[in-house]
Amino acid sequence: MAARAQQIGPSGFAGFGVALLLAALSLGTLAVVGLNAEGLFSLGPADWAALRFTVSQAVVSAILSVGLAIPLARALARRRFVGRRLLVLLLGAPFILPVVVAILGLLAVYGRSGILSDVLVGIGYRPLEIYGFDGVVLAHVFFNLPLVTRLLLQGWQAVPAEQFRLAAQLGIDGHNFTRHLEWPILRAVLPGAFVTVFLLCVTSFAVALTLGGGPRATTLELAIYQAFRFDFDLGRAALLAVMQFALCAVAAVLAWKTGRTSEFSPGIERLAERWDGRSWFASIGDGIMIVMVALFLLVPTVMVIVNGLHGLATLPASIIPAAMRSILVALGSALLTLWLAVMLALAIARQEPQNPRVSGLLEGVGYLSIAASPMVIGTGLFLLLFPHIDPARLALPITALVNAAMSLPFALRALLPAVRQARQDYGALADSLGMTGLSGFRLAIWPRIRPAAGFATGLAAALSMGDLGVIALFADADGPTLPLLMYRLMGAYQMQAAAGAGLLLLVLSLGLFWVFDREGRHDAGA
Amino acid sequence: MLELDHLLIRQDDFSLAADWQLAQGQKLAILGPSGGGKTTLLSAIAGFVALSQGRIRVDGIDITDLPPARRPVSILFQEHNLFAHLDVAQNVGLGLRPNLRLSRAEHDRIAEALTEVGLTGFQSRRPASLSGGQRQRVALARALLRNKPVLMLDEPFAALGPALKAEMLDLVKRIVGLNETTLLMVTHDPGDARRIADQISFVADGNAAAPEPTEALFNAPPPALAAYLGNPT
Repeated sequence: MAARAQQIGPSGFAGFGVALLLAALSLGTLAVVGLNAEGLFSLGPADWAALRFTVSQAVVSAILSVGLAIPLARALARRRFVGRRLLVLLLGAPFILPVVVAILGLLAVYGRSGILSDVLVGIGYRPLEIYGFDGVVLAHVFFNLPLVTRLLLQGWQAVPAEQFRLAAQLGIDGHNFTRHLEWPILRAVLPGAFVTVFLLCVTSFAVALTLGGGPRATTLELAIYQAFRFDFDLGRAALLAVMQFALCAVAAVLAWKTGRTSEFSPGIERLAERWDGRSWFASIGDGIMIVMVALFLLVPTVMVIVNGLHGLATLPASIIPAAMRSILVALGSALLTLWLAVMLALAIARQEPQNPRVSGLLEGVGYLSIAASPMVIGTGLFLLLFPHIDPARLALPITALVNAAMSLPFALRALLPAVRQARQDYGALADSLGMTGLSGFRLAIWPRIRPAAGFATGLAAALSMGDLGVIALFADADGPTLPLLMYRLMGAYQMQAAAGAGLLLLVLSLGLFWVFDREGRHDAGA
Repeated sequence: MLELDHLLIRQDDFSLAADWQLAQGQKLAILGPSGGGKTTLLSAIAGFVALSQGRIRVDGIDITDLPPARRPVSILFQEHNLFAHLDVAQNVGLGLRPNLRLSRAEHDRIAEALTEVGLTGFQSRRPASLSGGQRQRVALARALLRNKPVLMLDEPFAALGPALKAEMLDLVKRIVGLNETTLLMVTHDPGDARRIADQISFVADGNAAAPEPTEALFNAPPPALAAYLGNPT
């Protein structure tokens, strides 16, 4: 009991319980799928094609996202213009934008009957063909270019303002500026950013489901879904899942080895003024970059809103129960994510001083689900439940649980620095005052991590709200969530109604994020 | 000669005015409470902060609209004066050539400058392996090589102990003496001012007062300065 008395927060066992749960979800379900498989070693040419497609689209998406993010981040960092803060803020939006909604927007611009195709046809060219490799990469760049740009801006934020002033005084410009001011940060941030994008693109499901498909554009995740849902071929599903897990694990280890990964923090508060790139040539280049990317990101979003407003009138009645289901799933998933992340972060921070290895292991488990496949988790749970209960009846709780597991790495990234800081600042003081257990947590830790917790919860809510993954595996015809209903409307070529549903989904996702994030900041006292 | 001609800086609800001159080779201490605008004044002269009104001239040449690199000034910050990934010789060499394509003769000049600041043979050391005082010596060596008419110190020795700080101030005094450099030095410590400065400008309440001789000012401080200094000395 003496040891317990020195701990702050709820029982230390909870953190280990959370870690066990996560390990069981990521690895246990994989084992369940594997054990249920028959004829394990039978990979067909289609499976190899899926592996090749998964890797190649992920590599190309990562190269393009990182390659474009460097000049964009530089342009945003060194130019002062009206709307700059807003644009930097908007760069955070794609991450919480529901994938199906973004795809609807991309289709409205780059699809066969999108505005760009209309222009091309008008001047005598053929319309664009978005489905397949190009479309998948396009969508992945749409989501990840802003993410990498923000990671780079956060990296440059770490450069002291004095160094930019020093460079300005010494006349360091052009490639010398890149070499001395930008490269040290790029070298630290880029490998992690590249692998993060690669991982997100490898495990991406909804993009491949909507824009890919067919023998030439199927990702592993999509192949797992098809093997399970259409063929009920568990052996293939399990083997594909192992391939995917191995691929992600290799990438994750690489990311971890390549050094510093940026914190997943909400704000880019203050960018130091820079004096490089004052030539007209550099100014025009930066201007073009900023305008192009702003158009690339904003036009599809605006199209969603415009088309959505037209489509609202054509929405079917089933939209209301679907929206209610989604809100319920999102709220449940968000609160579960918060609880899991807080328990795990507390355990990590508590173990850190004495048992750095245990702490590192706990943290690793927290990030495990980045490499796990929601489809495999879903399939495993399906197999476990199947003998006892109709899995479709548990579609919503399972979706919430899997969503929470998938959101956890991001939530943990956001929360852990705050928890560490809180313990570092107040841990000793709280211990000496005897502030232990739940009241210790409530008084000493919670107020300090509340903004980060709000951000993390909002993130989890938005991700779950817009998720089109596990639900596709479980839901029967009459119980869809909003993203699934929207996908079905798209599949039935009811594009107007789909656009209306997309707008509703967009508003709900961003709204949930906004509410939680604001609640976290509200009355934070700092 | 450094001329601040009806200079006015406005930033949100902060403002700072200055209207005075300083003769070549004078050593000026800029004294005053935190947040009063001491650093802002140096930043404006160096070209990091834009003026709302007024002109800045050095030796009769208007530098108000010049970019930082073309202004005849060097500045030392409290920290981050060196690039961590470059060695000492390269950090000093940046003062000669931003592209670091240094000739044999330039390497010799770097060696001389390092000797001048008491760091003979430190060329290939990295900033991380140096003490705080040594890092500021490297920055001083670079300023010495750049040889600009105005040297500005933004409390670069504030983190050093008293003995080391006195040593650094004496070094600065010697270095500015070599080329008759005009010195502007921000400090919190009246002792620093006494040790090195010929003149003092007291910065408070949005105004940088015209320089006055150190001894005279300390012997009969105006009320605001007296309040800042506390115990009469």
